Amino acid sequence: MLNLILRRMLLGLTSVALVSIIIFAGVEALPGDACTAFLEREAEGKRLENCRADLGLDRPAIQRFFTWAGGALRGDFGVSADGQKSIAEIVGIRARNSLVLAVVAAAIGIPMAIFLGIVTALWRDRQVDIWVSAIAIFAMTIPEFVSATLLILIFSVWLGWLPGVVIISADVPVSELLPEIILPVIAVSMVLTAHILRMVRTSVIEVLASDYVQMATLKGVPYWQMVFRHVLPNALLPAINVIALTIAWLLGGLVVIEVVFNYPGLGRLMIDAISDRDLPVVQAIALILALVYVGVNLTADLLTMIANPRLRTIYSSK
Amino acid sequence: MMSSTPLTLAQPRPSAFARAAGVVRDIMSRPSGAIGLALVTLHVVVALLSPYLVPYDFKEISSALMLKAPSATHWFGTDHLGRDILTRTLLGGREALLVTTIATPIAVTWGGFLGILIGLVGGRLDDVLMRVVDAFLSLPKILFVLTAATMFGTGSEVLIPTLAFFYGIPVIRIARAATHDVVARDFITAARARGQSRLTIIGVELLPNVRDALLVEGAMRWSWMLLTFSSLSFLGFGVSPPTPDWGLMISDARGFMSFAPWAVLAPVVALSSLIIGINLTADAFAKALGIDRTEKVPV
Amino acid sequence: MTAPIIEVKNLSIGFTGKSGRTLPILRNIDLTVTKGETIGLVGESGSGKSTLALAMMGYLKKGLRVLEGSATFHGRDTFGLTMRELEEIRGGKLALIPQNAGQSLTPSMRIGAQVSEALKLHSQVDQSARLSRVVELLTQVRLPDPAALVDRYPHELSGGQQQRVAVAMALAGEPEALLLDEPTTGLDVTTQAHILKLLRDLARETGTSMVYVSHDLGAIAQVCDRVAVMYAGEIVLEGRAREVLRRPIHPYARGLLASIPKLKEARLPVAMEGRPPPPGGAGEGCAFVERCELAENRCRQSRPALDLIASGERVRCFRYDQVPELPAAGAGVASERVQSVAEQSALELSDLAISYAKPGFVEQLLGRPSTLTPTVDDVSIRIDTGETVGLVGESGSGKSTILKAVAGLLTPFAGVIRFAGSDALEPEVDKRSSDHLRRIQLIFQNPDESLNPRHTVGEILAQPLKLYFGLSGKELRRRSEALLERVRLGAHYLDRLPGQLSGGEKQRVAIARAFAAEPELVLCDEITSALDVSVQAAVLNLLNQLKQDEGATYVFVSHDLAVVKALADRVAVLYQGRLCEMGPTAQVYSLPSHPYTEVLLGAVLEPDPDVSPVLAAEDVVERSPPAKGCPFQRRCPRKLGNICDTQTPPWQSTGDAHAIRCHIALDELKSMQQGNAAETSRVSSFLKTVSDVQRSEA
Repeated sequence: MLNLILRRMLLGLTSVALVSIIIFAGVEALPGDACTAFLEREAEGKRLENCRADLGLDRPAIQRFFTWAGGALRGDFGVSADGQKSIAEIVGIRARNSLVLAVVAAAIGIPMAIFLGIVTALWRDRQVDIWVSAIAIFAMTIPEFVSATLLILIFSVWLGWLPGVVIISADVPVSELLPEIILPVIAVSMVLTAHILRMVRTSVIEVLASDYVQMATLKGVPYWQMVFRHVLPNALLPAINVIALTIAWLLGGLVVIEVVFNYPGLGRLMIDAISDRDLPVVQAIALILALVYVGVNLTADLLTMIANPRLRTIYSSK
Repeated sequence: MMSSTPLTLAQPRPSAFARAAGVVRDIMSRPSGAIGLALVTLHVVVALLSPYLVPYDFKEISSALMLKAPSATHWFGTDHLGRDILTRTLLGGREALLVTTIATPIAVTWGGFLGILIGLVGGRLDDVLMRVVDAFLSLPKILFVLTAATMFGTGSEVLIPTLAFFYGIPVIRIARAATHDVVARDFITAARARGQSRLTIIGVELLPNVRDALLVEGAMRWSWMLLTFSSLSFLGFGVSPPTPDWGLMISDARGFMSFAPWAVLAPVVALSSLIIGINLTADAFAKALGIDRTEKVPV
Repeated sequence: MTAPIIEVKNLSIGFTGKSGRTLPILRNIDLTVTKGETIGLVGESGSGKSTLALAMMGYLKKGLRVLEGSATFHGRDTFGLTMRELEEIRGGKLALIPQNAGQSLTPSMRIGAQVSEALKLHSQVDQSARLSRVVELLTQVRLPDPAALVDRYPHELSGGQQQRVAVAMALAGEPEALLLDEPTTGLDVTTQAHILKLLRDLARETGTSMVYVSHDLGAIAQVCDRVAVMYAGEIVLEGRAREVLRRPIHPYARGLLASIPKLKEARLPVAMEGRPPPPGGAGEGCAFVERCELAENRCRQSRPALDLIASGERVRCFRYDQVPELPAAGAGVASERVQSVAEQSALELSDLAISYAKPGFVEQLLGRPSTLTPTVDDVSIRIDTGETVGLVGESGSGKSTILKAVAGLLTPFAGVIRFAGSDALEPEVDKRSSDHLRRIQLIFQNPDESLNPRHTVGEILAQPLKLYFGLSGKELRRRSEALLERVRLGAHYLDRLPGQLSGGEKQRVAIARAFAAEPELVLCDEITSALDVSVQAAVLNLLNQLKQDEGATYVFVSHDLAVVKALADRVAVLYQGRLCEMGPTAQVYSLPSHPYTEVLLGAVLEPDPDVSPVLAAEDVVERSPPAKGCPFQRRCPRKLGNICDTQTPPWQSTGDAHAIRCHIALDELKSMQQGNAAETSRVSSFLKTVSDVQRSEA
C-alpha cells in the first residue's frame, strides 16, 4: 500500500517535471525573449546584448532551464521582465485570491452537485430531473464569459443587488475579499455543479441498475436504506476522480471569469502577462496551474485508493 | 437435417447512406436532438447566407445612431459606434464557424490516429506518449492558444493549426481508450491468428468500432473549440475589429450594459444557441449511436 | 397435501414492443408450490423461467407488466401488496438466491454486514446476538473459517464462496420458500456439485420449499421433486421429476432431453432444429408447432391447454399420448461419431511451458532467472491427423492457454510445437508462413466477441477467403454462399449483421469462417459453452459432419466432460496447467482414473434423479500451481503423503496408449475406485428398484 502511494506520487512528480520542460521549451520556441519584449523597438545591437548578459539569457538553454527549475523549487521564479519585480511576490498574492475563489466555489458547488445528482438520478425522468438536467446543460455549455455577463446584467444592472465588478486591490485580507466575490463564486460554481451533477447522476443510475441493488430490493431492504447503504457508497466512489478532473479543468474557465469580474486573481494576471509578453511570469503561472492539476488528481487517486475496499486489497496483497 | 428456417425478422444491413439517414432520424425523434439539430442547421445556413441577407454594412459607423434601442429600422438596435446589431449578429458567427469547422476534423484525425496507434502498439511508446499527453492536459488550453495568438497573430492561419493541435491532444486519450476496449475483444485476436496485416486490422476490424466514439468526440470538440474561440475574441485576442464577432461584440457592449442591454443580449443569445445546439445534437448523436457521453470527463 | 405456499394462477406478463403491440413473455402460467416441496423450472434462454420466479416475489424487471392473472404467497397477491408489505416478505419468508452471487453482493459492504442486514430486517435476533448468528449461518452453508469471513469483502471470495454467502443471506429470514435463479451457473463442475448438495441438504433439514430455476436438467434432477418445463413463455409439461426426466410426454421436453450429452452414451446428442418464436410471435396455435414432428392441422389452429392427464402430469399438447412412440433418436439425426484417424502426426507438443507472469523488474535488472512457476508446464501431446482430441479441466487448468500457444497468440517459454510432422512451428503468429496460418484455425467461445459487430456475415467470411485465396467478386460470393450452406444457413444471411442473429447462428458463422480457410487443424475453445443445450447439440453435430466432409483434425477444449466424451477420440485431462491423464476416450472415462479425473467424473450432473454426484474433493480455488510435486496435491482425496508434495508423479501406462500421472500404483488405484463405484451403483440400483415399484403402483 505504502509502496503504491509512493509510486503514484512519483508519477505525479514526473508529470510536473514534464510540464516544466514543456513550459520552458514552449517559451524558448517562441520568437523573442524577455529582452526583446522589454526593450521593444530598441532591441538591437549593444543594448540587446547587454540586457541578455544581465539576465543570463546568453547562456545555453539547458543551463537556463536548470537555473529556472531549481529556483522554482525554492519558490523563486526570478524577476518579471518589465519592472524587475519579484515574480514570486506578484504571483503569490494572486494565487491566494484565485484559491479563495476556487475553494469557496467548490465548497458550495460540490455538495450541491452531489445532492442534485442523486436527486435527479433517483427521480429519473420526472419533473425535477428534467428541469435540473436542462438547467445543468445550459450552465455547462454556454461560455463562462456569457454566463458571467448575464449574471452581472441580472443581479447587478437590473436588480442592483450585488456589485458587478470587484474593485479592490489584490492584497486585501481574505475577510475583505469574501463579500466581494459573491457573483464570481456563483459563476464558477454554476459550471462546476453542472459538470459534477451529470457525472454523479450517471453513476447513480448505473448502480441502480446493478444486480446487487436488485438483490437488495429482493432481500426486502427498505428503499432509503438501500439508497444509503447499497447505492451511494458504490456510486460516489468513482465520482471522486471525476470531481478532481472537473476542478482541474475549471482552472481554464477561472481565467475568463476573473477578467469579466475584474477579479485580481491568477487568471487575470496571466492575461496581462501574456499581452505584455512577460514570459517569466507566464512560465511561473503555468507551473502553478500544472502543480494544482497534478495535486488535485493525486489527492483524488489516493482518496479512492483508501476508500475503495477492492483497490485496497488488490494493492495491499502486492 | 432440414435447413434452418429463416426466422430472423431483421432486415439486411443498410447502406452507409441509409445508416446515416437512420441516425439523423433517431436524433430528430428525440425532442432535445430535434431542437439541437434545428439550431445548428439554422446557424450554418445563416452563416452561409448572411452576407446576402444583412440590411446594413457591418462597419458603417454613425455617431447619430449610437446605442439606439431596437426599432423598426434597426430591429436589434445599434451599438456604441452606431452600427446595426442585427447585421453584426448575423455575421458574427462566420469567422468562428469557419475556423472551428476546419480545425475540428484536423484535431480528431491526428489525435484519433495517434491514439489508435499507441493503443495498438502499447509498451514503452504508450507509456512515454501518455505521460506527455497528461502533461499537456494539466495546463488549460486557453493558455496555449492565448500565447500563440499573442505571438503569431490572430488570423485563421494561426488559429486553425493552434486549435487543431491543442484540441487533438485529448482526442489521443479518448481514441486510445476506445482502442483498448476493442483490441481486447476476440475478433481482433481472430484477425491476428489469421495472420491479417496490421494495416488491415486497423482499417477493417478496428476503425469501424472506434469510429462512432471519435465522431461523437468530434462534435464535442467542436463545441469546446467554439467556446475557446469566442473567449479569445472576448478577451481581445481573437478576431480583430471591425470584423463582427460575438465574443468581441459582447466584450464591447459590456460597458454599456446598464443602459443598452440589447447590445449584449443579441450576441449572447446567438452564441449560446449555437453552442447549446451543438451540445444537444452531440448528446442525441451519442445516444443514437449507442454511446453514452455523460460518463466522459471533460478533458 | 398441505395448503399451497405459492400459487400462480393464469399469470401472463408482457411488455409493449416498439410497434406498440403488447408482447407477452409469460403466457397463462399455472403453478402451485406446497410446503417442503422443490419444484424445478427448466427451459432455454428466453423461455421466461427467471421472470416467473421473480414474479412470485412481486418483482418485475423494468418495462414489464402483468397482463392477467396473479401470483399469491400465502393467499395474498404479491402484485397487490404495498411496498412495506413486500419488503417484509422479500428476503424473509420468501427469499431469493440469485444467479451471479459475485455481482449480487454489494461490493462496498463486508460479508458480515450484508448477512446481518438480512437478520435485522427479517428476524427477532437482537443486536448483541446478531454476530454469532451470522457466524452460525455462514457455518451452516459450510464456509471455511466463518468468523474471519465476516470482515471480508465480496471480491475477496471465490465464486463458490460468494454463492454460499448468498445462500446464508437467504436463510437469515428463515424462509418458508426459496427461489433459486440459476444458482450454480458459471461455477466449476466440482463447485456446482458441492452447492447442489448443500441446497439439497438444506431443503431436507429445514423443510423449506424451493423453486429452482435452471437451464440445466442435470442440476434440476439433483434437487427437484417436481419439474415444470417451459417453452416460449409457457409451461408445456409439469410433473414428478422422475417421470418428466425419464418419460417426457411433451415433444419439446423430449427433444431437450435428447439434446443433452450424457456420460453413459458414446454418441452425439440429438439436435433439435429451429428456434423458439420471439415474444408475441407464437401465433394462434401451439408455440412449438414449427419444430414439432407430431404437428398436425389442429396444432396450428388452436393452442392446446395445460391438461392434467391420467399419469399425474400436466401437459400442453394435443398428441401427448403419441410422444413415447416416437423413434428413440428423436427429430434430428443421431449421428455417430466420425472416426478417421490416420497414423500421421498433425500436431505435436513437446514439453510445452507457458507463463503469463513476466519476470519482475528486479529480476530483469539482476539477470536473475524467474522463480515463478509457469501457468502451463511439461505438456507433451501428439495428435494424429483426423483425430479429435479433447482437453478437459476446470477454469484455470490452462486448456485455453495451450490452444492460444498453438495458434501463435502466446509465446511459450519452453518446448516445441510441431505441425503436420514438419519442423518446429514459429511460436509467434507474425513469423508464421501464410500457409501455416491458413492450415491452423481457431474458433472462439463466444461469437458475440469473435465476430466483428460492424461487419456483415458476408464481410466476415470474405476476410479469410481474400487473405488466403485472393478471391473477389462473383467467386467470393459463390464461395461464401457455399460456406453458409455447409453450416446450414441460407445465402440470405450474407447481408446480416451478427447482432441480428441468434447465438447458435452466430457460432455457425464463426465455424464457417474457420472452415473458409480449408484448415487441417481446427482449435475449438469452449465453442459450445455459451449456447443453449439444444443449440449445442446442433453445433456438435455440425462439427462432426464437417470433420467427415473436410477431414480436419480437432483440438476440442471444454470443461464439460459429457460434451468431450461425445466428440473426442482421445482425451487429455489438465489440472493447473499440467497433464494428469491422457488416453483414448473410453479408457479415460473408465477405471482406473487419475484422482482428479475421478473427482471431475464424480461431479458430472446427469439428467437422472437416481444418479447423484460423488463429492470427493473440497471445492477450494487454487490461485497458482504448486512449485513441485503433483499439481493436484492440495485437493487430492487419495493423497499418499509427502511424496506427492515433493516429487513429480511418473506417467504410468495401462496399455492402449492410456497413461495416468500418479504415485499410486494403477491396480491399487483401480481397486480403490472400484470400491467407490460399487457403493454408488448399489445405491442407485436400489433407488431404481424403488422408483420402478412406485411407477408400477401408479
